[in-house]
Amino acid sequence: MSFSWAAPYQPKSGFMRWIDERLPLPRLVYGAIGGGYPVPRNLNYFWNFGVLAGVALVIQIVSGIILAMHYAPAGALAFDSTEHIMRDVNQGWLLRYGHANGASFFFVVVYIHIFRGLFYGSYKAPREMVWLLGLVIFLLMMATAFMGYVLPWGQMSFWGAKVITGLFGAIPVVGEPIQTWLLGGFAPDNAALNRFFSLHYLLPFVIAGVIILHIWALHIPGSSNPTGVDVKTPQDTIPFHPYYTAKDGFGLGIFLILFAIMLFFLPNYLGHADNYIPANPLSTPAHIVPEWYFWPFYAILRAFTFDFLLPAKLWGVLAMFASILLLFFLPWLDKSPVRSGNYRPTFKWFFWILVADVLVLGFCGGRPAEEPFVMISQIATIYYFAHFLIILPIVSKFERTLPLPHSISESVLHGEQKESAPLGVTVGGPAPTAAA
Amino acid sequence: MIRLLAILVGLAFTGVAAWSLLWGAIAFAGDPPKETVEHRFHKHAEPLKLASNGPFGKYDRAQLQRGLQVYKEVCAACHGLNQVSFRSLTELGYDEPEVKAIAKQWQIEVPSINDKTGEAASRKAIAADRFPNPYANEVAARAANNNALPPDLSLITKAREGGAPYIHSLLTGYRKPPADLPKANQPGPGLYYNPYFVNLNIAMPPPITADGQVTYADGTNPTVNQMATDVSAFLVWTAQPELESRHRMGLAVLIFLFAATGLAWLAYRNIWADRH
Repeated sequence: MSFSWAAPYQPKSGFMRWIDERLPLPRLVYGAIGGGYPVPRNLNYFWNFGVLAGVALVIQIVSGIILAMHYAPAGALAFDSTEHIMRDVNQGWLLRYGHANGASFFFVVVYIHIFRGLFYGSYKAPREMVWLLGLVIFLLMMATAFMGYVLPWGQMSFWGAKVITGLFGAIPVVGEPIQTWLLGGFAPDNAALNRFFSLHYLLPFVIAGVIILHIWALHIPGSSNPTGVDVKTPQDTIPFHPYYTAKDGFGLGIFLILFAIMLFFLPNYLGHADNYIPANPLSTPAHIVPEWYFWPFYAILRAFTFDFLLPAKLWGVLAMFASILLLFFLPWLDKSPVRSGNYRPTFKWFFWILVADVLVLGFCGGRPAEEPFVMISQIATIYYFAHFLIILPIVSKFERTLPLPHSISESVLHGEQKESAPLGVTVGGPAPTAAA
Repeated sequence: MIRLLAILVGLAFTGVAAWSLLWGAIAFAGDPPKETVEHRFHKHAEPLKLASNGPFGKYDRAQLQRGLQVYKEVCAACHGLNQVSFRSLTELGYDEPEVKAIAKQWQIEVPSINDKTGEAASRKAIAADRFPNPYANEVAARAANNNALPPDLSLITKAREGGAPYIHSLLTGYRKPPADLPKANQPGPGLYYNPYFVNLNIAMPPPITADGQVTYADGTNPTVNQMATDVSAFLVWTAQPELESRHRMGLAVLIFLFAATGLAWLAYRNIWADRH
């Protein structure tokens, strides 16, 4: 599809030729994920996570559609209908635990996918559109997950919905009318539950649509690779099928093993006990926390505790949204011509600090808003914003990058260690030449 | 240009966060948070060994039957079990006539209507019924319990941090308030000191007070600890009736997945053999 040496589709049977002439669907599949898609030969296991995210979405849609057949989106019925699924529906517990833990695994996989992109510079030209569409998928996932967590109508469902829609209440003047409009009332109730259910059913299909665009945009330049060096010759690539379908098959096995361990043996480990208490508007839980995959952003939200020109709460809301929106500008903030972090000695350090920083934010976001967790999350918030908005633009301007291999095949044949060794340390700056 | 703008925005957010940090640190240094009384006297749940623990856990049916008896004779006076049906008691090892008898002899009746006059009435439970609630509604429950609301127990071992060990510790954890407990934290009228409860004072009177409170049909010695353990095991079952099939299916799925992943690994190495 993307390279001149991509193999065109050759029907193997008269039947397939008959179909292909009338509807070139076999051609599309062959070029997108078959033998007609040439992929860099040096992809490591971090390139499995896109396919895994797709599998996770399928698990969510299939289990979710069946759950919806047994669930009742009304305040008086939602909690009991969830328990009805757990007790009376055949294998209902498998569906519900699978759906709840499936959401967690979807986020695990997507977070690794995102950090893969951050380390290997997958957001850089010519793949900016792939990155931007990926962020749209991430935002849709967060909205879907949030609304899905409200549906069982336990205590955390109710109070989570109240807190998150309350964020819009921080907007001056129009905030409270917006919150009332979003909920269809002054507090979460039937109206909110019904519309959340409707949107929770809709958005996964929107995600599926954006994933098609994400993959389409990826196929224009083709996949990136761990060296970040462009594909130059046919020797640099191998067909997606069977090479990467086989590798993804193995990765999928590992993913499913870990998923099964959580689903069958620790199904409530990632959940919160309070959500097994029916929603009660008159009783506030001691600590309202969202699901773990929102903890880093929840920590940023709560890190702003003092008014400065604007109310602290508004700063928190702005910072939380900004922490995701700034990623849309990343391709233009990091202008280093070297994509892969393997050849960027300074960037590499800051990248791993960022990973630790997000883990610290996640830890603090799951704790009650008490000292010292608030101060720790403030320090981590400062680094998060500094990393993307201050450090990356400056580092990418002054960093002395390591010499790149001539080509992908060369790096594979000679071994990466030798190639990335700082032989020509004098080489650096904005246009690094390759190692001799 | 965009990078300059980004640095300015970055300075704004980091600056305001640093401002919050500064004031937070000053407040922290000037007035470090003191350990609360609740935190000082609170005890964490003691470990509890149950047959259902662990990845291969199965229920001890005799223990569940004893737990049902404790629930019936002690807890059911105040606590409902409204997600659980009598018919599911077959999973405890009772046969159908026994389940029907348990439902029929249940001391609380099921709300119904008089089929001649349509007036509110009540009838004996049948196997298809859920366990009936002891109170007609929340107001009645609070009126009978010094304004406290006894929670439904169907999901209690999943709805409390600590699960079954917490329930067991709570049931056996009633104590005389320690001498150094501040006056403000002493149990008020209608409250009882229990260090396993989050704010130390619980409205539930000690439910299991003496050995022999229940006479077990199977002859097990009904010590306080035995009764508390049995009812905790029973409440694990009410919250997770699927536990055994979940463990069984999980084991089968994992065996299949290990084999399939092994084959996938061999297929991967085989296909890539000419590329390494």
